[in-house]
Amino acid sequence: MNEATGSFKPGDRVKVKFEDRPGHIRTPWYIRGKIGRIERVYGDFLNPEMLAFGRDGLPKKTLYLVAFNHSDVFGKSAGTSDKVLVDIYDHWLEPTA
Amino acid sequence: MARGHHDIGGLPGGGPIDQSRHELSDWEILADAVNQALGARGVKRTDEMRRAREEMDSSGYRDMTYYERWIASIETILVEKKILTKDEIDRKLAELDSKWGEP
Amino acid sequence: MSEDHGHEHPKHELSYYAKRIYAIRDLLLEKGVITEKDIQCQIEYQEARSPANGAKLIARAWIDPVFKQRFIADPKAACAEMGIDATAINEFVVLENTEKIRHMVVCTLCSCYPRPILGRPPDWYKSFNYRQRAVADPRGVMCEFGLELPDDVEVRVHDSTADIRYIVLPLRPRGTEGWSEKDLAKLVTRDSMIGVMNALPAIPEEFQ
Repeated sequence: MNEATGSFKPGDRVKVKFEDRPGHIRTPWYIRGKIGRIERVYGDFLNPEMLAFGRDGLPKKTLYLVAFNHSDVFGKSAGTSDKVLVDIYDHWLEPTA
Repeated sequence: MARGHHDIGGLPGGGPIDQSRHELSDWEILADAVNQALGARGVKRTDEMRRAREEMDSSGYRDMTYYERWIASIETILVEKKILTKDEIDRKLAELDSKWGEP
Repeated sequence: MSEDHGHEHPKHELSYYAKRIYAIRDLLLEKGVITEKDIQCQIEYQEARSPANGAKLIARAWIDPVFKQRFIADPKAACAEMGIDATAINEFVVLENTEKIRHMVVCTLCSCYPRPILGRPPDWYKSFNYRQRAVADPRGVMCEFGLELPDDVEVRVHDSTADIRYIVLPLRPRGTEGWSEKDLAKLVTRDSMIGVMNALPAIPEEFQ
């Protein structure tokens, strides 16, 4: 895949920022503020938040596959190891213990 | 700010999944093709179309069918980019309406 | 594009936006923004894309473990090998089901789907109910499609929020040893590549 300039690595524990801002956001509401783990580093992509307004989408942002325990996101879960996985951009993530 | 009307993952109250399918009408196939053709020509990006749907009136978003939302967002983006105007489209539509007419 | 289809509604009966696309099309052609050929090419491109493409890839992966590894490691290259044009996909990831892990794919924010390979998504995939429920209650959704999984199987729901397009590699059905690729491909349904169902069984359940 593409080069990746972001700092997170597979296995890192991350928290999705809870921000409530206008514009074209591809971080779903249900995952904001949740804690998961980096599963894959997909590399750098043009920023859709800028592309949506006719801008060039630079600088590129690193995109990650982040895995969350289903019960951490939605409460009870039939299968105890079920997961929700979301493709999230670097600027929506922060490190967490 | 609030959650966008499109940002519906995990919202409660979702009903059974309707697994029926419908054959696409001519107008839906045309909407799909015009959308793709505009993208292929670099006139607009998918991200712009998504943003247009996110900005539309919320009741419109829920009440329109899938391709109706596409057509509304195609119009929004073309007007925004000053490629077409709403008046032009209205006039052309009036022309077509009289051509199609009641049999 | 032909204006008249016997089964179509007369145009004066179409809804506001349905009519509007004809006006938009005519204006775009008049102004040279797109051409008639552009439109026709897109219609033909879309008609050439269907779940049969995915079924071919899956069937080959079931039969040939070396191809399977290539398919998982570099799906676009594997498509090219099989004469399937996946160039329009930015990035493409194969999610391999196992006895203990099952995948399901949704786009909660709109309807992202690997169209260049599989064609248009089914209406249900684009529906509000699927988009709302797939992440919160994947097992409930699978049940509606007839798939019940034990608690010790891990269900992984992918929400494709960016440019990555996902396809599920379903488990090969039991009792298909020695089957041809062509016959195996018939068991691979579109819904099994989204992950809400298994591939079709080789033998009807009452005879298993």
